[in-house]
Amino acid sequence: MSLFSSVWYLWLRQARQTWRQPIWVIFGLFQPLCYLLLFAPLLQSLSGVPAIPAGEAITIYVPGLLVMMALFGAGYVGFGLVVELQGGFVERLLVTPIPRAALLLSRLLLDIMTLLIQVLLICLIALPLGLRVSPGSLFLALLLVILLGLGLAACSYALAFLLRSAEALSSLLNMVSVPLLLLSGVLLPLTLAPPPLRAVAHFNPFAYVVDGARALFLGRLGEAAVWQGYLSAGVCALLALFWGLRSLKRAVA
Amino acid sequence: MSLISVSDLWKSYRWQGRNVEALRGLSLSISEGECFGLLGPNGAGKTTLLRILATMLPPDRGEIRIAGVELRRQPEHIRRTLGYVGQQGGTDIQATVFQDLLLQAHLYGLRGQAARRRVSEVLEQLELSSLASRPVSSLSGGQRRRLDLALGLVHRPPLLLLDEPSLGLDPVSRRQLWECLRDLRAQGTTIVLTTHYLEEADQLCTRLAIIDKGSIIADGSPARLKQESAGETLILTLAPSGSANVRQQAGELLGTCSFVRAVHEEDSEQLRLSVEHGESALPAVLHLLEEAGLTVSSLVLERPSLDDVFFRYAGRSLKKAQAETAGPGARSAFAWKGR
Repeated sequence: MSLFSSVWYLWLRQARQTWRQPIWVIFGLFQPLCYLLLFAPLLQSLSGVPAIPAGEAITIYVPGLLVMMALFGAGYVGFGLVVELQGGFVERLLVTPIPRAALLLSRLLLDIMTLLIQVLLICLIALPLGLRVSPGSLFLALLLVILLGLGLAACSYALAFLLRSAEALSSLLNMVSVPLLLLSGVLLPLTLAPPPLRAVAHFNPFAYVVDGARALFLGRLGEAAVWQGYLSAGVCALLALFWGLRSLKRAVA
Repeated sequence: MSLISVSDLWKSYRWQGRNVEALRGLSLSISEGECFGLLGPNGAGKTTLLRILATMLPPDRGEIRIAGVELRRQPEHIRRTLGYVGQQGGTDIQATVFQDLLLQAHLYGLRGQAARRRVSEVLEQLELSSLASRPVSSLSGGQRRRLDLALGLVHRPPLLLLDEPSLGLDPVSRRQLWECLRDLRAQGTTIVLTTHYLEEADQLCTRLAIIDKGSIIADGSPARLKQESAGETLILTLAPSGSANVRQQAGELLGTCSFVRAVHEEDSEQLRLSVEHGESALPAVLHLLEEAGLTVSSLVLERPSLDDVFFRYAGRSLKKAQAETAGPGARSAFAWKGR
């Protein structure tokens, strides 16, 4: 069995499950919609402060929201894998002649496609609220968010293979995700933060991705934040993919 | 011809900071067409051995050949020649029965109409055709276990590995599953199964390996293992019960017979005769006692169970070890009841 056809058949199965119950994809939009409709308007009154150019509050806020969606969407996909590990479905696949990497790649492919649909919908909803972004910039920003989502999903699967318990996975993800989120400037730009907080955020790869996505949304393609964001998301995605494949191998052995 | 040959197999795990040896130099050979059982208590190493044979676990040491192919060199090739049904099964609970089987057919390289045809064949073979469009989540335990079996058979493997196939099934479903497995064997499929149900091992297996603490402690057909380990026993109750004279007279008479190995007084009521061939000894004993004018109240032939075999080799009872999960007991008896 080739890797391509194995990924295709497993992806089809996953996609059928997802699209049979599209309500869960819609539910996934509920939290970012709340932030967009109930929190973003508060920023309008901050327009004009150094980090938020006048009239750009939504354009500054939406990139952070997309990163948050990647964190809470792709970052929590490991729960589905835990269920299939416990139910024996993964074991069943391991005895078939498919390349084992197909098991992970098929899931990642569907996860980033689902994320892409969700972030596109949020951007569409944000347009009448004041979002201003060129199609080219939007494309590059979405690519960055997808790269981040890929890394997060791979991390989530790696943890699922290692922990094999929904309770343990839930505790760990909750513990890690909140500080990562707050130290990335998702809600408000970190330029508003006191210096010690900004110093700590330098070690948070998410902060670079948020800065990069904001620069892209504002059309500042030449800023260092753009390549730093791509580098940060790309390195994270590569390391996470390697970790995910290694965890799969170790989980089997 | 040997389909599976395992030589000096070792496997250990790290568990809570300790090294646990699951398999310790295990060797065995399984021929084509056999239904080979691995019988032993939990933690004996049965599942580890099966998972190694299914290419899921790499062994630490040792050589395994399946159909002449070295397992560690060509695991992909081995995966095509075997079907595996794990303890948990592995059905996709969000799919229908047909969709789940079709996915399995695709993963084994079947395409288009050929895949659909094969799925229909397997559904028919395991009497699941009427359930094809049902969601897997709506199946009963027995139906789901048959679907597990169907998933392992989609690619027509000559070898089927089953890990505790009837675990948790009710007696009716268990017997249905056994019938399926007997049919498969009759069609030429070699079956290797693990079980801690004595009755299952006795009913299904043409050959058994009793495994304990990572090693095989006895190997042979269930009948031979039982014959070799314990022989058969006749339990005799005479009338009037409680008469020491009558019991003594009968004991002396039967002690001279060539087919009686030994006579023991079980309690104040019964005599226990160790015999070589219980079925032929039973009428002979009746005839002798009647000729001597002794009245038999009851005469029971007790055959040894696999638990007796396990006890002999492992020094402890398998039934006791599995008290919480074991199925119905395997001790069988033919009895003659007198007046």
